[in-house]
Amino acid sequence: MIRLENVTKHYGSFVAVDDISLEVPRGLLYGFLGPNGAGKTTTLRIIAGILRPTNGRVLLGGDDVHRNPIPAKMRLGFIPDRPFVYDKLTGVEFLRFVAGLYGQDGDAVERRIAELLEVFELVSWKDELVEAYSHGMRQKLIISSALIHRPQCIVVDEPMVGLDPKAARLLKDIFRQFVGRGGTVLMSTHTLEVADAMCDRIAIIQHGKIVAEGTVDDLRRQHRAGDASLEELFLKLTGGAQVRDLVEVLGEGDGGHAA
Amino acid sequence: MKQPSLWRVLEPKWRTALQRIREERSRGGSGKLVTLVIVGVLFWLAVYLLLYLVLRHFRADPDLGSLLAGKVLGVVLLSFIAILVLSNVITALSSFFLAKDLDLLVSAPVDWLRIYLAKLSETLLHSSWMVALMAVPILTAYGVTYRGGPLFVPYAVLTIFPMLVLPAVAGSALTLVLVNIFPARRTRDLLSIVALGAAGVVILLFRLIRPERLVSPEGFRNLLDFIAVLRTPTSPLLPSEWATKATMGFLQGAIDPLPLVLLWTTAAAVTLGALLHRQLYATGFTKAQEGAERFVRGGLWRWTVGTLLAFLPVAKREFVLKDIKLFFRDTTQWSQLILLAVLVVVYLFNIKMLPLHRGEQVGFFYVTLVSFLNLGLAGFVLAAIAARFIFPAVSLEGRHMWLLRSSPLDLRALLWSKYWVGTLPLLALALLLTGLTNVLLQVRPFMMVVGLVTICGLTFAIAALALGFGALYPQFETENAAQIPTSFGGLVFMMATIALLGAVIFLLWQAVYQYVRAVFLGQPVVVDAWMIAWFAAAAALCAAATAVPLWVGLRRIERFEF
Repeated sequence: MIRLENVTKHYGSFVAVDDISLEVPRGLLYGFLGPNGAGKTTTLRIIAGILRPTNGRVLLGGDDVHRNPIPAKMRLGFIPDRPFVYDKLTGVEFLRFVAGLYGQDGDAVERRIAELLEVFELVSWKDELVEAYSHGMRQKLIISSALIHRPQCIVVDEPMVGLDPKAARLLKDIFRQFVGRGGTVLMSTHTLEVADAMCDRIAIIQHGKIVAEGTVDDLRRQHRAGDASLEELFLKLTGGAQVRDLVEVLGEGDGGHAA
Repeated sequence: MKQPSLWRVLEPKWRTALQRIREERSRGGSGKLVTLVIVGVLFWLAVYLLLYLVLRHFRADPDLGSLLAGKVLGVVLLSFIAILVLSNVITALSSFFLAKDLDLLVSAPVDWLRIYLAKLSETLLHSSWMVALMAVPILTAYGVTYRGGPLFVPYAVLTIFPMLVLPAVAGSALTLVLVNIFPARRTRDLLSIVALGAAGVVILLFRLIRPERLVSPEGFRNLLDFIAVLRTPTSPLLPSEWATKATMGFLQGAIDPLPLVLLWTTAAAVTLGALLHRQLYATGFTKAQEGAERFVRGGLWRWTVGTLLAFLPVAKREFVLKDIKLFFRDTTQWSQLILLAVLVVVYLFNIKMLPLHRGEQVGFFYVTLVSFLNLGLAGFVLAAIAARFIFPAVSLEGRHMWLLRSSPLDLRALLWSKYWVGTLPLLALALLLTGLTNVLLQVRPFMMVVGLVTICGLTFAIAALALGFGALYPQFETENAAQIPTSFGGLVFMMATIALLGAVIFLLWQAVYQYVRAVFLGQPVVVDAWMIAWFAAAAALCAAATAVPLWVGLRRIERFEF
């Protein structure tokens, strides 16, 4: 469903994404992990058609996102990490607008909007301008907007940020059911427990390159990590194990003895 | 605890400004800077020369000259004060209550006085830089004409600086009080309407009292009446009058310390402002965190505009509806229509007051000339409006581009929607301005048709140029839409539009001249091949100025990266 072929992205002399190839088949929840600045968001934005790759191509359901964008993007629902929404539209108006971008309107859309608002508990806020929404509510609205046209694949950047525990659980259930019905989810996250519990396969990216790929068990075997947790595996692969002495970083507060 | 210096508190601001300059330089080379400097210097020179000629003329009259020069300075500084108060009130709201750095500043152990002084400096700089720059050629003209000598330079700085600070203190204090009464976002809406409404009323009143009569003494009963009017202070309680008296006193060799002392009551005003800030800022800042809390049904737009646009494909229809809603729900945007309406009234009033119909033949010639040149003026007005409303359209989509680019929306539909949402109201205004002006001037049908057709062509081109240049020079990081037209791209757009207006007027004049000559000589008007060729050239130029910027804009939008 999602296929990346030798995708590279340069910003001047800086290489943000370095020759990545990846295949995410239908019916799979795929985790995309990596430390800050590793190239996750850039890769996801290239897949969503927001950024053009310097080299390589991205196929969604067989269509090149940049050469044949309309059919490719019709299959996609994108959820960004920062929820920028039009402040002066209401929740309902925003969802109607997004449906319009996908060429959908009429009663079916109205029913779908009502359904999504109900699921994400935004019904009482539906006629209020988005400028009054909290960060989490905006995130829920954006998730609703990504689902409104019934996409075949979802690309999502840090989905749990800003969500309350109930909404986070709801989102996990939605993704699992979506995948269970043949959909595809490519998800970047820093929450390793979520990735461990939800993802069928995982890719770990560092310095723009994929340094490991497979199921969590595959990764353990490949890197001779025994029964290490995903967190330990992640730190081993990304070189984050050398954490400095916390006492040195935090200092000694007035009210406690860090040592 | 040792408090950080004011310089340190303002560090994020000046470092950001420096970084922006570095980025601009690396992006556009030195070309941008050179263009800006040339345009700025030319503008300064034009203001200086115009005022210098007027003042030299005044100076030739030993009795009335200095009175007239003082009156002109008084009116100029009074208008500066009006602009400063309005802009300080609006800027203070952003810098004291809505700016992004406030959470950090307020949560840090920085004392109230430093926050006040930092934010006051920020407000002062943002709202006064343009007035300060404008004052340079004006005061230079006064200094040169009245031979103020090198001492006039520091004296002028001593006079103008407190005149800039006082409105900043007053504006910040007024904002502080208002925010304690209303939530900040409501205050912003309220201030936008009040400020622009007040500006509109001032402009209207100023024009309707016909100040041009001051330079026509024959309109007064006798000379003493005229001198009495000149001697009457324009606004004795305002800093502008103190600055006028201080400046003219110095230039005429009769220095009176009182106006300068009054101006430097600024120090006391800053102290009072700081004390008020200490008392009210904490509660005001808390209130400023409240949302606007507005429920909107939005059904009206859907059933009116939505129904009217039912023939459009759904993506275009929703896009147009979205743009219209965003415009009319943002008070800072729609409230500018008040000022626009006032300017249209003043424009038509000016045309009405022209003394043209005095002799049949001369009347015809001047009427045709004025009607023709009016096309250029109306074009300029349309360009200024397009700079304000159409030029920022692409920039304002910046933060939402993730949605538009990840959806299957054809970017041509985006550009199409932006173009027509901006062009149709502009076209209505263009036809109103040109049509009514021509009716007031009583032009013949030929000029009426030429005028209306030309302004249509120009409107299409101006809107396309605004959108195209807006896409070429986007300002995605700017929070305030009002700042976008004053960017470098806005300047380039205005220069390109003026060049277009000049070229179209030159081409059309060749055709109109044939018509004027034929009517003037009592010959029949013949539409020959040359006339058609000139009209066709003007039409082709307008068509090219419409198509090329839209095409370039589309290519640019396709290459945007976020």
